Amino acid sequence: MSEKNIISPENLVYEKTSVMTDRVLHYCPGCGHGTAHRMLAEVIDEMGIQGETIGVAPVGCSVLAYYYFDIDMQEAAHGRAPAVATGIKRVFPDKYVFTYQGDGDLAAIGTAETIHACNRGENILIVFINNGIYGMTGGQMAPTTLPGMKSSTSPRGRDVKTMGNPLKITELIAQLPGTYFVTRQSVHAPANARKAKRALKKAMEYQKLDKGTCFVEIVANCPSGWKMTPAQSNKWMEEHMFPFYPLGDIKVPSE
Amino acid sequence: MKDLRLMKGNEALAEAAIRAGADAYFGYPITPQSEVIEYLMRENPADRTGMQVLQAESEVAAINMVYGAAGCGKRVLTSSSSPGISLKMEGISYIAGAELPCVVVNVVRAGPGLGTIQPSQSDYFQAVKGGGHGDYKMIVLAPATVQESVDYVKLGFDLAFKYRNPVMILSDGIIGQMMEKVELFEQMERSTEEFEWATVGKKPGKNSVVVTSLQLQSEEQEKVNLRLQAKYREIEKNEVRFETYGCDDAEYLFAAFGSCARITRKAMEMAREKGIRVGLIRPQTLYPFPVDEVNRLASKVKGILTVEMNAGQMVEDVRLAVNGQTRVEFYGRFGGMIPSPDEILKALEQKIIGG
Ligand SMILES: Cc1ncc(C[n+]2csc(CCOP(=O)(O)OP(=O)(O)O)c2C)c(N)n1
Ligand code: SF4
Ligand SMILES: [Mg+2]
Repeated sequence: MSEKNIISPENLVYEKTSVMTDRVLHYCPGCGHGTAHRMLAEVIDEMGIQGETIGVAPVGCSVLAYYYFDIDMQEAAHGRAPAVATGIKRVFPDKYVFTYQGDGDLAAIGTAETIHACNRGENILIVFINNGIYGMTGGQMAPTTLPGMKSSTSPRGRDVKTMGNPLKITELIAQLPGTYFVTRQSVHAPANARKAKRALKKAMEYQKLDKGTCFVEIVANCPSGWKMTPAQSNKWMEEHMFPFYPLGDIKVPSE
Repeated sequence: MKDLRLMKGNEALAEAAIRAGADAYFGYPITPQSEVIEYLMRENPADRTGMQVLQAESEVAAINMVYGAAGCGKRVLTSSSSPGISLKMEGISYIAGAELPCVVVNVVRAGPGLGTIQPSQSDYFQAVKGGGHGDYKMIVLAPATVQESVDYVKLGFDLAFKYRNPVMILSDGIIGQMMEKVELFEQMERSTEEFEWATVGKKPGKNSVVVTSLQLQSEEQEKVNLRLQAKYREIEKNEVRFETYGCDDAEYLFAAFGSCARITRKAMEMAREKGIRVGLIRPQTLYPFPVDEVNRLASKVKGILTVEMNAGQMVEDVRLAVNGQTRVEFYGRFGGMIPSPDEILKALEQKIIGG
């Protein structure tokens, strides 16, 4: 059989955005972080704001997000990204500022910073990757871990009586007058990823309006923490995470 | 014409921040330093200079806002008092690790715990020896007057940017609350300088800038530590500041800093009236500590009394600097109590001269 080289410019249908670097992602195979990064990077690219965007990385699996986004970034202490972003936005009100945070970072140790940044209506974008687990530290229970869900610190499943209930922080955030646009998305399938990207783009564009905080939750899988294959984890996410964390807009601008 | 005013320490410091061209202040109220943010809110420096002022939801948030703004290359400060400074320690460690410039004001009150709102110097260790995690140093300036509180804001920013390092102004409730004559320096322009280490938005053709204190590889982290240590040696070489009084003919020596040094100076004068030839060294930088000067003076005196408003903290650095050349004793009041000059003189007579 003869081989044909089909890699040529006229055959190009899909291209890596230049807002992502060439570094090899350190994420586990099938992890939601990589796709979420890409969607956000494409938004920055399409808006032509690579030189005007400052990102804040969390502590969590995406601590090294600045390896992959080819933009200026700051690495915050665990949970403090919204405060760091506030500091940046207050001295650079004309720049696009976003945080990218996991559920432990945003909804446990950083709850106060999250709620107060949103309540002040800081004119930033918060991207919230909810995988219901502490991926980075090896699969411990997160504030968003589902009832009965197993983790290394809830080995018999989350017992809400002693371990508390999963926190729907996004619904809580939507109550705050400081937030302008609050939505919950996923990136596990192409259609969902496209929708998530549209939401991210809207949220990023709203920063120009100076109307308040935009908050995009992405329900994501953590195959390693959940002890599943990527395919299993996506199925499990659809069957268990989405009923508890339903996808869709939670707060949309009124006009 | 000189701009002379009678001002409360905290308010003078806040005015100095505006005049030093600060870009932003982030803080959270706590006695005895709340006048700093109250003054700033009243003055509304956004109108005067464009300086941003924000009351954060906690000291934790405030110091991380400082991190964010400092990471943009801006002149930022925060202020608090002891319990709030404990909360800031995580952020200060990150700021030191990421090598960002900023000024942190601690108007110290007595601890541990909630302690009292009365003045104290019991945060010396926390300021000078670390407080947060990891091998790092803050430059620590110890004002003894309202004038120095003002001058050290400007000096603090200069040093913070010179070394890309956090600077702490270690004041206390006395200096923060008292009114004193002060000469204010002229309004400085806010800087528009863009630093190559700051996140200002990626420049075409240049690498993107990352502000971080994270190194995954030990080899890399050790390099960071070595670089920090080299910087600290440089600071120790260049930035030692102190004052001495009556040391030329001194048989004995007092060592004291901040407000306590003023009281000790009175004790020194009283001693001299009695014919006791005692001098005083007042470190103005607690880190870097005036090791050489203390060492030099130690070789000439029969004993040193360190006086502090704590249970004995700076005395450890005095002993290290003295290195066994002469006797070093300690006298202190704590819990918000302030020693009187009489008490200090008596302690000198009992612990050093008669001891
Ligand atoms: C102050 C502090 N406490 C704890 C940790 C350890 N730690 C690092 S990441 C993490 C949890 C991260 O989970 P999440 O935010 O959900 O992110 P994921 O890895 O799942 O993306 C923890 C507890 C830390 N680095 N700092
Ligand atoms: S541990 Fe989970 S969240 Fe972290 S990279 Fe692996 S799959 Fe992704
Ligand atoms: Mg997580």
